[in-house]
Amino acid sequence: MPHKVKIFTLSTCSHCKAAKKFLADNNIEFDSVDVDLLAGKEREDIIEEVVKFNPNRSFPTIIIGDKIIIGFQEKTIREALNI
Amino acid sequence: MTPEELYEMLKKVQEPNGYFFNKNKEWVLTILKDLLINKERYGYMCCPCRLAAGNREKDRDIMCPCVYREADVKEYGSCYCNLYVSQDWNEGRVENQYVPERRPPDKAFL
Repeated sequence: MPHKVKIFTLSTCSHCKAAKKFLADNNIEFDSVDVDLLAGKEREDIIEEVVKFNPNRSFPTIIIGDKIIIGFQEKTIREALNI
Repeated sequence: MTPEELYEMLKKVQEPNGYFFNKNKEWVLTILKDLLINKERYGYMCCPCRLAAGNREKDRDIMCPCVYREADVKEYGSCYCNLYVSQDWNEGRVENQYVPERRPPDKAFL
């Protein structure tokens, strides 16, 4: 059963781009959202969601199954995905 | 301004102060391009690795170079974005590890 992967990103953030590239290169399916491109209520709701996982509200915030990984930490991501 | 022009301009100013661009020039030019996008968007070069409030006062501490760069380069050899690094970091004398967010959460705009 593959892990459900969600990644909260910024469109301008290099660590976010690197994390998404890493997932894509490893054929991992993921949902992503560029928080900086949202506005109004949609933005507020997503930020609220990010803060629940990561009170520091930094990016990327990566959710793999029940694990939360803050920042593009390749080794930790590999462990969470068993790859 | 192009990212290349910004690179040459900042390099002259920052290197004498001990802040070097990451030797991965492709990484650096991408960040400089994103800084120029933020300048266009917000009117100032807000850190592209952080969520901007879009308000100059609230974002003052994360205008590039951010106020956290000094402590991060001192402790980790690199700023949060891996844009500015120390010579030791570039030459592999310090481990290129993940730089955690130093900005206090209460500074972050909600």
